[in-house]
Amino acid sequence: MGITFRKETFRDDFTFRNSPEHIRRFPFPFHEDAYMYAVNIEPHVVGPKGSVLENLIDVDEHYVAEMQDRALVLAEDPLRCQSLPHMTLAGWDLLELLMEQQALGYPEHFTLTRDGDRWRWINRPLGIDDTFTFGDTSTLPYGPMEYITRQSQGDFCILDQRDGNLWMDAGMVTTQADWSLDFDIGMNFFEWHAPVPLAHEKGIFTRALKFLTNIQQGKPARRLNWTMTINPRLDTSPENYHKWGPDRTTVTPQNVGDKVHLRVELQSFWRLPRSNGIVFPIRCYLIKMDELVTQPKWARRLHRVIRDLPDELANYKGLTRYRPTLVEWLSKLDDGSPTSPGFGPD
Amino acid sequence: MSTGTTKLDVVVSDVVPVNDLVTRFHFRRRDGQLLPTFSGGAHVVVEMRDGERTRLNPYSLMGSPLDTREYTISVRRDDVGRGGSLFMHRNVRPGHEMVVSYPVNLFSLDLRAKKHLMLAGGIGITPFMAQTAQLAAEGGNFELHYTCRTASLGTYADLLRERYDRRVRLYHDDLDERIELDRLLSSQPLGTHLYVCGPGGMINWVRERAATLGWPSETVHFEHFAAPQPGLPFDVTLAVTGKTIRVDEQQSLLEAIEAAGVDPPYLCRGGVCGQCETNVISYDGKFIHNDHWLGEEDHRSGCKIMPCVSRFEGRSLVLER
Repeated sequence: MGITFRKETFRDDFTFRNSPEHIRRFPFPFHEDAYMYAVNIEPHVVGPKGSVLENLIDVDEHYVAEMQDRALVLAEDPLRCQSLPHMTLAGWDLLELLMEQQALGYPEHFTLTRDGDRWRWINRPLGIDDTFTFGDTSTLPYGPMEYITRQSQGDFCILDQRDGNLWMDAGMVTTQADWSLDFDIGMNFFEWHAPVPLAHEKGIFTRALKFLTNIQQGKPARRLNWTMTINPRLDTSPENYHKWGPDRTTVTPQNVGDKVHLRVELQSFWRLPRSNGIVFPIRCYLIKMDELVTQPKWARRLHRVIRDLPDELANYKGLTRYRPTLVEWLSKLDDGSPTSPGFGPD
Repeated sequence: MSTGTTKLDVVVSDVVPVNDLVTRFHFRRRDGQLLPTFSGGAHVVVEMRDGERTRLNPYSLMGSPLDTREYTISVRRDDVGRGGSLFMHRNVRPGHEMVVSYPVNLFSLDLRAKKHLMLAGGIGITPFMAQTAQLAAEGGNFELHYTCRTASLGTYADLLRERYDRRVRLYHDDLDERIELDRLLSSQPLGTHLYVCGPGGMINWVRERAATLGWPSETVHFEHFAAPQPGLPFDVTLAVTGKTIRVDEQQSLLEAIEAAGVDPPYLCRGGVCGQCETNVISYDGKFIHNDHWLGEEDHRSGCKIMPCVSRFEGRSLVLER
């Protein structure tokens, strides 16, 4: 039957909403009533039907609107998509991965036909039907990475692996939580993580790098990360801070439910076969408080997590200014009763 | 989470003697599908079921990464090794069903290089077979210098000359031909990366000369799988799983741990990737470290061992496994 794609915006009038089914499939990131960093990496294998893990590359009701928003961002700022010269082969790897996974998971929306190097790609939601030669950049309207990531939800960083490190050498980044590809391009794993508080002391990045450089073909991994965003804005980039930063001063007890959004990133890690690089898709899911608290367990747990978050983390995630208002609002939905273990709603 | 690698069920589609020492094996997928794409320099771990014994040996993929209908490896017969290569030469025939791992690349090309300068010794030619095929298809700039004992033991030398003509230079030991290494290393254009695969002595020589001549270490790449060496049998206690095991003469410590039903992570089984690093809880005796992963300090400390290639002689050894 396929997905019914919503017509909605992530800017100006902010008409983004989740349908009731999408509220229930939201990847709520807290499995207990507290949060602290951990190397919470697990194998990226297919999960339950009706969850965001039903397919390894998830396509949902926001697909068309997100791709339209991405096109708007790129039109204003083409540097959101960059690929250093040695990364073209990795771009082809990514094109193959995303076409295969989307066609596999959503055959009613996407079809990939391969005849040797001659490939035909049909993307029905976006009205695309292209035939091209795999490996020949001149047969596509964009480079391979840009072409396929204009048709895939989430940001994508392609990391080159060399000298025992990972290097941010290509990416499409338009739905980011306050970081900039243009700033980070060419940096290594430790350089681009330098601003993260507390985690360095815990040795987390050294262990995470060791794990990532050993990611194997056919064995992707994943983790969840989270922050909060005021208004359902996908593009919260440093470049556009002047547009979204002031939003954080607009939260009042009356508009918390509508304005404050939990922003969850499903990050996955895949070895790319031809280039031996790693692709790091960062898929952003947004849910407003009014939607989230329709699940009482999530309301109680989020209250406890935000209330007890260490100040450094609250600062890093940019919650400090509106945290008291949010905690007060959530506290009314927390009767103190216990929450069941695990992520899912009751 | 990564106990070993994802496995592929394959059938041996061809066995081709190449010369007196080397035989080539071709694998196809049993289900007729294409094999996973790989990058030049990748290896697979081949599982050999030899009676009661299972050996897992890494071999470089030497076919073109552009053709994934089959994987090909070349195995040099080692008459004094632990028997993996002899098993391949004597027992493996077309139609034989085997299991190989997904490809893993620990000897990757640096795709930023303006030029790839490759130095091969003997059977160390195999990863360069795939890398040259990959680079040639992309119009990449490479030059291969290949040392072999005699012309008749120059595995694939003729094929490489035919494919790449003057981009391949051959050196025969029996004719006393030697790579003029210093001159070669001193005359490369800016942006050249150096790759070396061959016997340990050759790798050390090339790395030492490159360092002396001012090559940045990031531009010098080498692959040196240490084959596990046979040795005296020894006993080991696995503290976590509460097992006591014996490591046979012809068995690696890792193989003995696996034979006891414990599955530590691994990738290369040649002492380079670091996956199977194991903590030592206590010991009374001496370690025979053969890996390229742990530093000298770790080797001296007696706190760590790489069970894929290293051994032990003494009264007792207790590992955190």
